[in-house]
Amino acid sequence: MYSQGLIGADGRSEETPEFLAAFQARVDAETKIEPNDDMPEGYRRTLVRQIGQHAHSEIVGMLPEGNWITRAPSLRRKAALLAKVQDEGGHGLYLYSAAETLGVTRKQMTEELLDGRAKYSSIFNYPTLSWADIGIIGWLVDGAAIMNQIPLCRCSYGPYARAMIRVCKEESFHQRQGYEIVMKLAQGTAEQKAMVQDALNRWWWPSIMMFGPHDADSQHSDQSMAWKIKRFTNDELRQKFIDATVPQAEYLDLTLPDPDLKWNEEKGGYDHGPIDWDEFWRVVKGFGPMAKDRVKARKKAWDDGEWVREAALAHAEKRKARAQAAPMAAE
Amino acid sequence: MALFDALLELADDHLVLGHRVSEWCGYAPMLEEDLAMPNMALDVIGTARSLYDYAGKVEGTGRDEDDLAYLRGEREYRNLLLVERPNEDFAHTMLRQLYFAAFMHPYWTAALTSQDETIQGIAGKAVKEMAYHIRHAGEWVVRLGDGTEESARRMADAVQSLSIYVGELFEEGAAEEVDVLPSRAAVRDEWLATVQRVFDEAGLTFEDSKFPQTGGRSGIHGEGLGHMLAEMQSVHRAHPGATW
Amino acid sequence: MSGEVPLWEVFIRPRNGLAHKHVGSLHATDEVMALQAARDVYTRRGEGNSIWVVASSAITASDPDQAGENFEPGEKIYRHPTFYEIPDEVGHM
Repeated sequence: MYSQGLIGADGRSEETPEFLAAFQARVDAETKIEPNDDMPEGYRRTLVRQIGQHAHSEIVGMLPEGNWITRAPSLRRKAALLAKVQDEGGHGLYLYSAAETLGVTRKQMTEELLDGRAKYSSIFNYPTLSWADIGIIGWLVDGAAIMNQIPLCRCSYGPYARAMIRVCKEESFHQRQGYEIVMKLAQGTAEQKAMVQDALNRWWWPSIMMFGPHDADSQHSDQSMAWKIKRFTNDELRQKFIDATVPQAEYLDLTLPDPDLKWNEEKGGYDHGPIDWDEFWRVVKGFGPMAKDRVKARKKAWDDGEWVREAALAHAEKRKARAQAAPMAAE
Repeated sequence: MALFDALLELADDHLVLGHRVSEWCGYAPMLEEDLAMPNMALDVIGTARSLYDYAGKVEGTGRDEDDLAYLRGEREYRNLLLVERPNEDFAHTMLRQLYFAAFMHPYWTAALTSQDETIQGIAGKAVKEMAYHIRHAGEWVVRLGDGTEESARRMADAVQSLSIYVGELFEEGAAEEVDVLPSRAAVRDEWLATVQRVFDEAGLTFEDSKFPQTGGRSGIHGEGLGHMLAEMQSVHRAHPGATW
Repeated sequence: MSGEVPLWEVFIRPRNGLAHKHVGSLHATDEVMALQAARDVYTRRGEGNSIWVVASSAITASDPDQAGENFEPGEKIYRHPTFYEIPDEVGHM
């Protein structure tokens, strides 16, 4: 389960100040907003977009990890990975359902993903190149996602919060699964150790970019915070993630690829080196190494499945007609 | 060693089918099926693991489930030709699943009264899973057989192209020399009844092939299996002796 | 695809003795598929032993704009046990 700070959200509202103030008061009182409640158009739009991006991320996220299901090096790992990738599909499904309560259909959202209008977490536009990537993704990418997602369980929009509670419950095995893979490799042969260090080198920076731009450059954060769609800023979550991860890497004697990473006694957290935001925006804008392939793979699955969906719909119609005709025939 | 060989035959059937079904994960026709397919793959891979594990113990030379799954080549694999058939399309995949589950369900049901407690245990779990696979795959075969012109044509194509692999299901193999495992030939009637029931509803016709293909039990496979194993075993074999 | 695959609401009973509870939704072309999908989507971790599926279009919901008139009527305090004064000596009632 993955989520990234919302990209390019437009939270503007045109409602009267009284309406907006009353809505804000409900949110401030921690009263959850439910599907049919009146809500500012900007709130609805922001949620549709955020939940949609979140759902797409889950679905696209099945691909890089799915890439290793058939090659998992033991049957135990194969079963765990299959169950994990299946969970990602489930999380996408819960999230699409949550978005659908806001008046957008899964089909519309799917079409937006397939024609490139919708965004998803750019971390999945990097390739998975070795078995170690599966461990590192579980440890870092799922770890970063969990940091993002736990506060979303308290999101002001009821269906999103409920979906996230379910997701977080299921997610808890994903990171442990990943760390266990990493641990076995780090404690394994010289080749396994080199494999996992290489994977860590490639995934570390993209993982910490998952939290989105620095607070100072994140335009839409304030409104989302006020509406309690978001509970912590990008930088707060990034800091929490780094502070949690550094000791886990040290335990395995792995090196995080940031020479500037060091403990800052004063702030009680780690300082890190500069993030390559050019790289971040390049990947967000759809120029990540695997971007074209990912959307193409999703589109192929969707197109190849069309005759199946059509047949199932046609069968349902015929069955209904037969059921209606049957009692008449009996008379 | 008859029991060891018999367990390997069964284990290979389950692992190879599980591999094929797992190839759908992330590519199914609807998101709901993206969740259903891994469930089915996990069921049969789970059974394969129990069977390999037991086979390793029966053999008694210290080989574990991974040694048996990852360190045997295509000539040593003993699976049915049916389960290694490529996914082709959803119609082929669902029919293959129906054929296998319709066979394994009565087989495991018979194994519930085996004198061997381990086999009894494996059968107890598998029999429920196979009942579900019959239902899931059977319903899809009905939907596709009945649905549109295109889906009916694809379903009929699948029946046509998989029919030559049906006979091998009931072939006497190593299992027949072992009295703790059921006879394969004996489940034929029930298999046919299950398939017939589904086909009637789907508007499909089942015809036995005059020239059934066989050879899986003696390691004579189609060309696809070698590629599947090369992929499945690549990481494991590249690091001899490593733990994962 | 021309048609939209319909939406269903899923209710699960965690164990006997409890009521079915809404757990989420899914898409399926008919009720048979919906039940099966609900099993695969919502019971992967032993969440229950009984499933209901209901076409979302079959649900009629109350209007939140009428929440006031529906749910905040004038207080009828005589419906609550504490409205009645019973001496302590009588014991628990």
